Amino acid sequence: MNHPTSLIGRRIPKLDAPDKVMGRAVYGHDVRLPGMLHGKILYSAHPHAQVIRVDTSRAERLSGVKAVLTAADNPPTKFGYGKDNIPFKSIARSMRDEIAGVVAVDPDTAEEALTLIEVEYRLLPAVFSPETALGENAPLIHPSRKSNLFQTYSYAHGDLSEGERESKVIVEAQFNLPYVTHACMETSVVVAQFDLHERLTLWSTTQIPFLLQRDLSEALGIPGNKIRIIQTAIGGAFGRGLDIYPYEPIAALMAKKSGKPVRLAFSRREEFIAGPTRQPVVVKARAGAKSEGSLTFRDVHAVLDIGAYVSWGSVTPLVMMETTASLYRVPHVRFEADCVYTNNLITGAMRGYGNPQSTFFVETMMDRLAEALSMDPVEFRLLNANLPNTTTPQGLVITSCGMKECLQAVAAVADRSGKDVPDRGSLLEEHPGAQDSFNASGSSIARRSGSPKIKRGIGFATTLNVGGGARIYRSDGCGATVKVDDFGHVTLITGSTEIGQGSETILAQIVAETLGVKVEDVAVVNSDTDVKPWDVGVHASRTTFIAGNAAAIAATEARKQIFETASEIFGVPAEQLFAADGVVCSTIPGTTSKAKEVSIAKVVRQRHFREGGTIVIGEGWYDPPTQLVDKHTYKGNISAAYGFGAQMAEVEVDTETGQVRVLRLACANDVGRAINPMAVEGQIEGGAQMGLGYALTEELIVENGQVLNPDFHHYRLFTAADMPHIETIIVETDDPGGPFGAKGVGEMGGTPTAAAVANAVYDAIGIRMTELPMTPERVLAAIIEKGEEK
Amino acid sequence: MKKSVLLNVNGDLQELFIEPHRSLLDVLRNDLGLTGTHRGCDTGNCGACTIHVDGLAMNSCLLLAADYDGSQIITVEGVASNGELHALQKALVEYGGIQCGFCTPGIVMNALALLKDNPAPIESEVRARLSGNLCRCTGYVKIVEAVLSLNRESDLAQV
Repeated sequence: MNHPTSLIGRRIPKLDAPDKVMGRAVYGHDVRLPGMLHGKILYSAHPHAQVIRVDTSRAERLSGVKAVLTAADNPPTKFGYGKDNIPFKSIARSMRDEIAGVVAVDPDTAEEALTLIEVEYRLLPAVFSPETALGENAPLIHPSRKSNLFQTYSYAHGDLSEGERESKVIVEAQFNLPYVTHACMETSVVVAQFDLHERLTLWSTTQIPFLLQRDLSEALGIPGNKIRIIQTAIGGAFGRGLDIYPYEPIAALMAKKSGKPVRLAFSRREEFIAGPTRQPVVVKARAGAKSEGSLTFRDVHAVLDIGAYVSWGSVTPLVMMETTASLYRVPHVRFEADCVYTNNLITGAMRGYGNPQSTFFVETMMDRLAEALSMDPVEFRLLNANLPNTTTPQGLVITSCGMKECLQAVAAVADRSGKDVPDRGSLLEEHPGAQDSFNASGSSIARRSGSPKIKRGIGFATTLNVGGGARIYRSDGCGATVKVDDFGHVTLITGSTEIGQGSETILAQIVAETLGVKVEDVAVVNSDTDVKPWDVGVHASRTTFIAGNAAAIAATEARKQIFETASEIFGVPAEQLFAADGVVCSTIPGTTSKAKEVSIAKVVRQRHFREGGTIVIGEGWYDPPTQLVDKHTYKGNISAAYGFGAQMAEVEVDTETGQVRVLRLACANDVGRAINPMAVEGQIEGGAQMGLGYALTEELIVENGQVLNPDFHHYRLFTAADMPHIETIIVETDDPGGPFGAKGVGEMGGTPTAAAVANAVYDAIGIRMTELPMTPERVLAAIIEKGEEK
Repeated sequence: MKKSVLLNVNGDLQELFIEPHRSLLDVLRNDLGLTGTHRGCDTGNCGACTIHVDGLAMNSCLLLAADYDGSQIITVEGVASNGELHALQKALVEYGGIQCGFCTPGIVMNALALLKDNPAPIESEVRARLSGNLCRCTGYVKIVEAVLSLNRESDLAQV
């Protein structure tokens, strides 16, 4: 028995925060090895072209250049999810294709050498939309395939025609969702070094160190045991690190050819052009409901532009499918998706993994249905909400479920609409001296909304997200080791990865709580594949649940060993012991008062210093009781728990400019149990920033395969001044499978935001925006169009 | 042609002989090993490279090091004194204003400059000032809370 849960639910600051706040954390850009050289990549000048000739002789002669690489340096193997990618290309299929690389003594020299490489291309016809890519006589992007259609998904449950017959109302719409990108504050970076035994060490920002070992082994044609991945401090991830990308094997090839360690770091422009993106989707959707409000059917067809190479991003329809089939209770569903090659950007996994896209169309369709039925949008959602201890037709086994509580919580915030939002205005536009007027509660809103050109509205949306892992691979497991030394110092060695989300702190709390030690007595080791046990990777909001359970198992085993020895010391059965603050106490049967105490450090010493002595070390492996979805029906329980959330956006729309200003965003999330509420809030608040960008400002503008806005001036992230007032509400449902009842939350924060904002815009001006982001230009055009219709 | 430049960085005199096209950010990171100042964009948009130059917060990626001969530079490494975090740094840690931490050094330097100009800023002033520091993790909520938590002059003895 343990002390009452003293460390669970505490706002414990992130363990690595002091190093980060002092500038001492070592990121990939900070790694410097003796003799290290710098690599740069030459990208294609055309979206689709055959490379006829590459002349590197002038580059090679430049002083300071140590190696120049081209397709001739490629290993014979292909890599990536679709096994369609290689390091350097002799046929460029997009403008992000790598043609050559330079290794030099410094980045400037390498950059200069790139300009000396002469490439002769033979241009090939290119396709820049799935529609043209699937057209007759479209050029094949990978001629070994017979079509540019990479993959289709087809899912159904129930009987669509019955659903239509039962419907009192049917709504229909088409949606157009843009390219956005992770925009991690740290650009992609890797350092590669071969040792004298031909073993490769890669300092990396990857989210999947163990899968990357395997991917790289394929890409480079060397055995996986010859690859070691060391993860540096990671300056943002959000799904960017869920795949292998060409720059990683390229860095290894550069290190090999130059015989020196090589750092390859992206510029911000390169990050926008060559980094992964969230795939654009065109969606046609229909949905129906009965007169009393229950949903009847959903019918969705999605077309994804996956770019010239397939990454795991082409699996995002699985998540779109889950939202379409299982967000709310829908008896009849059809979901189809086509993943299509084009000569556009590379697409990949990005926070939510298809869910922000699908939640946008599902939740704006929900609003249309509520309106068609003249029902209150919250009442309509509550009526159809997912319920605890149910199984969806798709096979999701929902255990804990706080969806209704989340909806009710944000609806309660909506009841205060316009009353207490501190209106900050857009500070960048307003004169900074005029700040005083922003703070009066509500008064400035009243003033603004008094203006006939400013319309205010509120909107709602919910989300369903895997919260107990996601069995995308055959294993969804994570390993952990907990060792306790003779000073009472505890080391958790976990397979999981810290990407800023706070996993190391959450896991330390779980271990400390289980063992009965202080959090500060726990060190977390999580960055070296030579040291840490295997893990699938940090994705699908899985770390708290999966790595948390693994850590708890390992800590429980270590505690058992400690109690075994303490039991001998005290002559008291182990069941009567408990531990807190690093001390094991015996209880007097029937009471909880302390009888005898011994420090864990002393117990461990007792185990070391005796004949036949032993150490304290616990091992844990947790692979949740879930299923891979069936290959044909796509049914199955992919996660051991599901997280739920709801958001309410309160907006103002300026009908003269089309500007949408979010005044308040209320975010309620069912996280099972918040092991660290501060970290949970951080995930939700950060997710909201991304969700607001998806809704209103972020879009990679791509024309003829070329990114037109590859910088932060033209790709607009929400700044501190742009952010609305965020209200975070944590709903706890105590999940039966989670560590201390916790479920994942990492992706949910931004998933429903665009839908909530779009629904609020409709509430304000009566226009259904179906294209993101809802820029002033688009909103104003819609307002003008509506005016002309009248 | 290389140029001799004398900088006072975090109280230490640094004599450098550098090419005139090199940015202060580049020199701090690569010549002086002060990697706490981060390169997020190199175009002055993200604020991760913010340092103090003669008391003013500036994006070091936009400054040519050779132009700052004789200047007093403070980087994030120079903020804590005797290993003790500055009150603002403590607040950022305790309020959860740090996730991946890549933007953090720039936030520290810019917020310190704000607090020096205006020891008791209101929320809108903090937000306006920090609008030059992009953060992708936190939604800025806890960063702003942390800065607001110490809008008292007594906390600003250092720097």
